[in-house]
Amino acid sequence: MQRLIKLFTLFLITLTISGCGYNALQMKEEAVSKAWADIESNLQRRADLIPNLVETVKGYASHEKETMTQVTEARSKASSIQLSAADLSNPAAMQKLQEAQGGLSSALSRLMVVVEKYPDLKANQNFRDLQGQLEGTENRINVARQRYNKAVEDFNASIRVFPASLTNSLLLHLQKKEYFKADAEARTAPKVNFK
Amino acid sequence: MAPFRALGIGLILLGILLLPVGPVHALTVPALKGRINDYAQILSPATISQLENALRYFEQQESTQIVVLTVPTLEGDSLEDFSIRVAESWKIGQKKIDNGAILLIAKQEKKLRIEVGFGLEGKLTDLISGRIIHDIIVPRFKEGNFDQGIINGVTAMMEAVKGEFKAKAAPTSGKNSNQGDLAGLIVPLLIFFAFLGNFLQRNRLAAGAVGAVGCPLFGLFFLGFSWIALAILVIVGLFGGLIAATMLSGGGRGGGFFLGPGIGGFGGGSSGGDSGGFSGGGGDFGGGGASGDW
Repeated sequence: MQRLIKLFTLFLITLTISGCGYNALQMKEEAVSKAWADIESNLQRRADLIPNLVETVKGYASHEKETMTQVTEARSKASSIQLSAADLSNPAAMQKLQEAQGGLSSALSRLMVVVEKYPDLKANQNFRDLQGQLEGTENRINVARQRYNKAVEDFNASIRVFPASLTNSLLLHLQKKEYFKADAEARTAPKVNFK
Repeated sequence: MAPFRALGIGLILLGILLLPVGPVHALTVPALKGRINDYAQILSPATISQLENALRYFEQQESTQIVVLTVPTLEGDSLEDFSIRVAESWKIGQKKIDNGAILLIAKQEKKLRIEVGFGLEGKLTDLISGRIIHDIIVPRFKEGNFDQGIINGVTAMMEAVKGEFKAKAAPTSGKNSNQGDLAGLIVPLLIFFAFLGNFLQRNRLAAGAVGAVGCPLFGLFFLGFSWIALAILVIVGLFGGLIAATMLSGGGRGGGFFLGPGIGGFGGGSSGGDSGGFSGGGGDFGGGGASGDW
C-alpha cells in the first residue's frame, strides 16, 4: 500500500511540474536558441560571400577603393561579434551585434550603388551571380529574423503568465530574450534599386 | 424586452472588439487548387494540363513537389514577404525532407520569384534559381509568351532537382499499397473482435484462439503473405480476442461501442482516395530562392 502511495505521489509531482510549464518553458527557450542559430548561419553565409564580391568588383572598379575598404572593414567587425546563448538575454550585446550587422548592410548597399557606374561589371556573369546570392542571403536573414522574433515573443510571453511565471521564478530563472530588430538600412538592403 | 436588447448590443460590441485586426497591406494567400494555380489567367488550358501531368509524374517518381502560382497583383505587398507566406501556408514538399519549390508570378508588378524549400536548396540554389529566372523565363516573358516561359522554367527546375530525392515507393508498387491497406485492416479487425467478444464472451480462451487464427487470415487477405506480419497478427489476434471477450462479458452494450466508431471509420476511409485533390506534404521553407522581374 505504501509503495502504491509513493508511486502515486511521484505521478502527481510529474503531472504538476509539467502542468506548471516546467517542460514547456525549456522547450520554448530551445526554440529561441535554434531560431538564433538560423540567423547566425545566414549572417555567416553573407560574410562568406563578401570577399568574393569585393574581388570581382575590384577588377572593374579600381577607383572605388574607399567603398570597398569600408565593406571589408564592416565585414570583419560584424564577424568578430558573436553571441552566445546567454547573450540573447543581454540587451547591450544584442545592440552591439545589430549595429555591426547594420553597418555591414549599409556598406554593402553603398557598394551596390557605386557599381551602377560600371556597366561592364553589371554585365559580368560572376558579378550577377554574386549579386543574386547576396540578395538571396539577405532574404534568408529576413525570414530567419522574423521567425526568431516570433519565437522570442512566444518565450517572453510564456515566462510572464501564471503558472509558468511562478515555475520560472522559483525553479528555472530563465531570462527574457532580446528581439533582433532590423534597422532601416538593413530593411532596404535586399531591394537596392539600380537606377 | 429591454434587458435582451442591452444584451444584444453588448454582444455586437463584443463581436466588434473581437474582430481580427490584421496588417493592412498583407495580401491573403490564395487557396491551393492544384499544382498550377493560375489566378492571373495568363496560361492556356493546354499548358495547365501539360504542366499538371508533368509535375504529378515528377512527384510520383521523386516525391518532390513543385507548384506554380500566378497572381494578378501583389496589392502593394512585397514579393518576398508574400512568397514566404504562401510557402508557409501551402507547405509544399514532403514533411521532414522539405523537397518543395514554388514558382510565383505577379503579373501587374512584372515580378517573379522561385521559392525553394530547405531540402532542395542544395541543388536549386539561389544561383541556379536566379539563372532560371533571368536566362530561361524572363526572355520568354518579355515576348509576352507566358506559356512557354513557365513551361521552360518548370522544366529547368525539375532538371535541377532531378535525382535529389526518390519517392518512397511508386503508387503502383506493392509496398505502398500495403501501407495504404494497413489502415484499412484496423477497422475490419475491430469489428471482427467486437463480434468475437460478443459471441464468445463466456469463453475467453476460445475467443483468444479464434482471434489468433482469424487475425492472420484477415492479414493474408488485406496485406498479402509475409511471415513477420502473420506472426505479429497471431499475437494481436490472441490478445485481441481475450480482451474483447473480457470487455464484452458484461453484456451486449459494449458491442455498440465497438461497432459505432468502426462503421464511421469505414465511411471516412472510402471517401479519401489517391484520385482526389492535391495538397502540400508539410515541407518547410527558409527564404531560399531568387527573385527577378521582366
